[in-house]
Amino acid sequence: MTFIAPVKFAIDLLAVLLLALGIKGLSKVRSAREANRLAAIAMILAAFGVLLNSQGTIGISINSWVWIISGTLIGGLLGAITAKKVPMTAMPEIVALFNGCGGMSSLLVALGVALFPSSEGSDEVASELVRNFSIVVSLFVGAITFSGSIVAMAKLQGWLSTPSWTQSKARHFFNILCAAIALIGGIYLSIDGQNGLFLIVVASSLLGIGVTLPIGGADMPVVISLLNSYSGVAAAAAGFVVGSQLLIVAGAMVGAAGLILTQVMCDGMNRSLVSVLFGGALGASSVTSGGGGGEYTNITSCSPEECALTLEAAERVVIVPGYGLAVAQAQHTLREVTRVLESADIEVTYAIHPVAGRMPGHMNVLLAEADVPYEQLKEMDVINPEFPATDVVLVLGANDVVNPQAKNDQTSPLYGMPVLDVQEARTVFVVKRGMSAGYSGIKNDLFDLQNTSMVFGDAKKVLGDLLLELKELGVGSKG
Amino acid sequence: MSFFSEALWVLLLGSLLGLELIGKVPPTLHTPLMSGANAISGITMLAALTLIIKSGDNLPLLIIGSISLGFALFNVIGGFLVTDRMLAMFSRKKTRK
Repeated sequence: MTFIAPVKFAIDLLAVLLLALGIKGLSKVRSAREANRLAAIAMILAAFGVLLNSQGTIGISINSWVWIISGTLIGGLLGAITAKKVPMTAMPEIVALFNGCGGMSSLLVALGVALFPSSEGSDEVASELVRNFSIVVSLFVGAITFSGSIVAMAKLQGWLSTPSWTQSKARHFFNILCAAIALIGGIYLSIDGQNGLFLIVVASSLLGIGVTLPIGGADMPVVISLLNSYSGVAAAAAGFVVGSQLLIVAGAMVGAAGLILTQVMCDGMNRSLVSVLFGGALGASSVTSGGGGGEYTNITSCSPEECALTLEAAERVVIVPGYGLAVAQAQHTLREVTRVLESADIEVTYAIHPVAGRMPGHMNVLLAEADVPYEQLKEMDVINPEFPATDVVLVLGANDVVNPQAKNDQTSPLYGMPVLDVQEARTVFVVKRGMSAGYSGIKNDLFDLQNTSMVFGDAKKVLGDLLLELKELGVGSKG
Repeated sequence: MSFFSEALWVLLLGSLLGLELIGKVPPTLHTPLMSGANAISGITMLAALTLIIKSGDNLPLLIIGSISLGFALFNVIGGFLVTDRMLAMFSRKKTRK
């Protein structure tokens, strides 16, 4: 059986190589899909390597096989079903859910090893202290990842709101307390390997909740990305616990890559990571302080019919899709409207704000689902100079990302956030359900402007009406 | 200490590699990349496997290991499939054009 170890070693090396190539490829549009498959193959290889090695050295009992297969089937099936069933609009929640489960898995491994130390008889593993310390890290990070991700999911689903105490200074006290308790538990466990176990688990779970709960929905993607990085760290810690270098390398890669991705997202939203984590929800305090408040004085509303007439006369149309479009699942209806416009030789482009949709890049996925050509999606920096030459802008369920206050009003809480300069266009139509404020709770000055008209209604219904009107006008039918 | 010191090297180099792998990510790919990386973090399934294999006849440990494996595979399989679903939408355009 001497050939088993080198084979396992080769498999591990290959798996790490494929994982690295996978992560690299996922950051390019052209190679992304193959890269994803590559990473999946690497995972299968890695699992195969572990099974082969164990079978060849210590053997795998029938009993173990039963538990392996049942765990695989249940987890795998549930995962597959969830992945197939989940609507594209719910993507942020589902990533959070998957991520939390990864954290839970690392936590359980560490828990198992800590509860039954005798069973863990690998001679590779270093001294008691190192092992205990790895267990502590794995428990701590795993628990934060799990509870944080579940809270993130619940908040995105709207199951949880932001309790008011979490906006006060009390939350810092609560979090520091939890961290301190977890630290004490960690020191205990590091020394004797038994006590303090559940202290860590409970305290770090509470810490995960305490840190995530105050964060507003708009910042949530950043938190999910950060938690994703944590789950990599948890996996690396679990690698130390069971003595697997493959796990350490893969966990470290995901952890570091997740950190970079988090930073990239923060840059896109013009937010610093520190202000996301410790600043609390954007706007929650600003609304009460009155900054950027006030009443609307000059609202013009119009019917889909008028909107259709204006669109018919336009040459350049820019669509600004937002959260409301995603919620109304109106991306397919939107695509039909733009098809009609395009067939009438009207130039249609989509202005994609970096945080359009429910997380960065989410709107691109939704529009791709509706068959919008990739080339028509323009990023904010590209489209902003083009607004003055645009006839009609159609804002669909977006609000804060088109608020001119971010540029003009220094007292506004939005000031400094990158926005789309839609007010530069000749005519702006805002499709919106009502006059309620956007996520930040701030009045949108755009709605008061002369060249802005509101079309009230659910995005899907308005677009449907618009489609009918356009067809009635004969737009696009004559060629 | 040999495993430990080796493992620390692996940790260090792996982290550096991870930092370098992702440079400029187009915003289009933020969501798929996050979900793909997320699937990879389910690699902790290897630890769960090891735990089950080494637990012998210890029933509580077998159960913990099996649940852990289930959670990890939920993450891995769900993560890869959902990422593929998203990316399939981008590539469909490519082939048609």
